Amino acid sequence: MKRRPSFLAITTWVYIVWSLLPVLLAIRFAFNSGRSRTSLQGWSLRWFWEDPTLSVFHDPTLQSALVHSLELAAIVMLVATPLGTALALGMRRWRGRGSGTANIVLLLPLVTPELVFAVGMFLLFTTAFGFIGLGTTAQAIGQVTFTLSWVVLIVRGRLATIGRDVEEAAADLGAPPLHVVSRVLLPLLVPAMAASLLVSFALSIDDFVVSQYLASGADTTTVPMRIYSQARGGPTPALNALATIMLVVSLLALVLAYFVFKALTRGEQKEQRDTAFRQLAMEM
Amino acid sequence: MGSRWIWRALAIPGLVWLALFFVVAFYAIVSVGLGNVTTLYEPVPHWNPLDWNVGYIWAALKAVVPGGDTWDTFLRTVIYVIVAVALSLAIAYPVAWYAARHAGRWRGLILVLLVLPFWISYLMRMFAWTNLLADGGYATRVLHALSIDSLFQSIGLLDGNDWLGGQHIAVILALVYGYVPYLILPLFVALDRIDQRMIEAARDLGASAAAAFWRVVVPLSKVGTLAGIVLIALPMFGDYYTPDLISGSPKTAMMGNAINGYVQGGPDKSLGAALTLLLSAFLLIFMIYYLRVIRADQREAAAS
Repeated sequence: MKRRPSFLAITTWVYIVWSLLPVLLAIRFAFNSGRSRTSLQGWSLRWFWEDPTLSVFHDPTLQSALVHSLELAAIVMLVATPLGTALALGMRRWRGRGSGTANIVLLLPLVTPELVFAVGMFLLFTTAFGFIGLGTTAQAIGQVTFTLSWVVLIVRGRLATIGRDVEEAAADLGAPPLHVVSRVLLPLLVPAMAASLLVSFALSIDDFVVSQYLASGADTTTVPMRIYSQARGGPTPALNALATIMLVVSLLALVLAYFVFKALTRGEQKEQRDTAFRQLAMEM
Repeated sequence: MGSRWIWRALAIPGLVWLALFFVVAFYAIVSVGLGNVTTLYEPVPHWNPLDWNVGYIWAALKAVVPGGDTWDTFLRTVIYVIVAVALSLAIAYPVAWYAARHAGRWRGLILVLLVLPFWISYLMRMFAWTNLLADGGYATRVLHALSIDSLFQSIGLLDGNDWLGGQHIAVILALVYGYVPYLILPLFVALDRIDQRMIEAARDLGASAAAAFWRVVVPLSKVGTLAGIVLIALPMFGDYYTPDLISGSPKTAMMGNAINGYVQGGPDKSLGAALTLLLSAFLLIFMIYYLRVIRADQREAAAS
């Protein structure tokens, strides 16, 4: 059915330009040689490191936001991936009492507005879990909690494509359950785990609400928090430079993950592999 | 079967984590919202349901009904979300339809470009607009050159010249900009899945292109469309950063701003918790409705 494809094509391309051009311009302003964030003023790396006080590299508030964001993302991906993979594996065989409730609890973080979740965490860490308190630990716990559901979804999707046959074959040949997990399932799950590392990394560095509610002070400020607090306060293009660096980091992670994923699934059909990766990039 | 323990052992750490930090965290909102405060207005949660104090919930309820302090904000939030979702749908449907059906050799590239915003921080995407809509920014200049600003002023959509100074239209468009990528993808998946032969069959049986679209494509993509709408509407109800960055004025405050103000800024954290509970209850109705639609659809599919 050809239903005015030209109108549709124009709408689509106009939308794509509209969705990306503002960000491209924000990146371009990061390279301005002047102070303006609203018009083009030559090219320079002043706002990245050349400026001795205001550049990302020399302004301690910007630099620490960058470091803290990356630090948090590293913790979150290294905790959420094993925790979520184990949960997905365990839930697969868990039938009967309680499994329905567990499933709902697992899916709820995906539909709960971040604000509700953040308010809950904030009140928890300032009352009952006061021994943890606010700060980096609380931020990491908060981010792991909402990332966990995504990891479980990714690993579950992969487990569904593996099917029961492999597992049953191993068991029939006398492999004890521990070996079924460690020698059969885990190696097959490596691509899904690589994908989970990427997704949890990306979710963490993009997170704003949870990090803001669970922050305890200047040294727990992340890049999105820095953007939020400075965007309307007459920032210099150094803020654009900071945002640009974060964007490059997440795109590099995406590209790296694509190649890792490709290498890990070498034996599989090309289309199957590409579909799997595309689904993953979209699930975000 | 003495081997079941291994599956339990694998599931337990994750489940305990979710119980402690998700379930108990939500219960903390309940306990604070139904709790009390010290003389310094620090919240004292009442964990035991027998000790619950309904005072704050009652105050929050009185605030969100007509005549209450937060009524205007609540109404504004609902209107913003409805308009933003409708505009998002008007953009997302044709784009997703084109990407799924007509993109041809451009399909791969278009998909990459549609997914790209997911990998750009939401705050950065909003910040990009504050560069463009500032006084003298490129968007401000283009809108002025095309006389869109005076057109909007004459029909009352723009108040004064400052796009970032508390304009409803700017906040709504920013919400559309922020959330529309998250609507396009579920729509794309739903539309991509429709069997081309269904549409051809409708055409062969004499349906016009428009009739085939409205009576075949739209019903077949209903579940995906609803899923996408819920997916973007829920976070919009909890959004406070978009209005803060794009306007910052109390004229455009949403429920998220009200809750954020109470919980993070003001002394009345308990009232903030009570408002969060009311918002959750309000959203729960949508979530349940949505789950029922999906279930009904599945039953229908199973029956036919």
